[in-house]
Amino acid sequence: MNKKEILLWLAVSLILAFFISPFASSSPDGLEKVADDKGFLEKGEAEPAFISPLPDYVWPGVHNEGFATGFAGIMGTLIVFGVAYGVGAAIKR
Amino acid sequence: MHIPDGFLAVNTWAPAWVISVSGLGYCIRRVSGALKDKMIPLMGVMAAFIFAGQMLNFPVVAGTSGHLLGGVLAAVLLGPYAGAIVIAVVLTIQCLVFQDGGLTALGANIFNMSFVGAMGGYMIYNLIRKAIGSEKGILAGTAVAAWASVVLASSVCAVQLAISGTSPLRLALPAMALVHMLIGIGEAVISVLVVGFVLKTRPDLIYNKEDA
Repeated sequence: MNKKEILLWLAVSLILAFFISPFASSSPDGLEKVADDKGFLEKGEAEPAFISPLPDYVWPGVHNEGFATGFAGIMGTLIVFGVAYGVGAAIKR
Repeated sequence: MHIPDGFLAVNTWAPAWVISVSGLGYCIRRVSGALKDKMIPLMGVMAAFIFAGQMLNFPVVAGTSGHLLGGVLAAVLLGPYAGAIVIAVVLTIQCLVFQDGGLTALGANIFNMSFVGAMGGYMIYNLIRKAIGSEKGILAGTAVAAWASVVLASSVCAVQLAISGTSPLRLALPAMALVHMLIGIGEAVISVLVVGFVLKTRPDLIYNKEDA
């Protein structure tokens, strides 16, 4: 992959994460739905073992929900790109 | 399908952590000799794409949504081992930065989506690809494996819930498998679209064990 192709794929991912993610379905996913139906959802609602900086893909302090999700999406996409690239480079060495 | 803290008992999440850490170690050893230069940026790009794709929940039935897992997609392009590593990176960042999936459950989530999803899915993909051959085999293998990987990963998740005493298998397994049979259709459609696009534009990026 040359630089142009990498940037292109990354741009597509960033566009999905920023512009499309605010329109994603907010219904519970398969596991949450089953947990709700079978009555064990509340087991997952205790204090988590670790508090993340951006829980639920929401950028703190941004009032517009769409932007809050979009910014979190951009941040996550870039972090994941960098970490996976770095892990690949480290393994190769 | 990201299990939060609290769903799994320590009798389940602790062994899952041990298995996943050793499994990833094995993947790293398998990849280290075989990783080609062109695959390193592809690992970053695939991780980014799958992360973004996982944010896009699509509606399935009555108040339920599903999203891409990406295990088969990653494995078709990167092979089973690098594919599994990429999914593990995505899951780890989702857990640590976005509270998506619990830290105690991270081992189980990596087990389900990296090992069952990406590596198990790749085995199904490879069988079909070889049986049919050519591009058609790649696309058919991607479709079936993508669907099956979601159903299998969710079924294993149900087994973990049962071992934990959270929900009996006779309730959790059919419920998880059934809803993920629908979510798996979305997984298959997205995976085939992306793999089809790669086949058209950069067919050399499809993983091929023979030239690895």
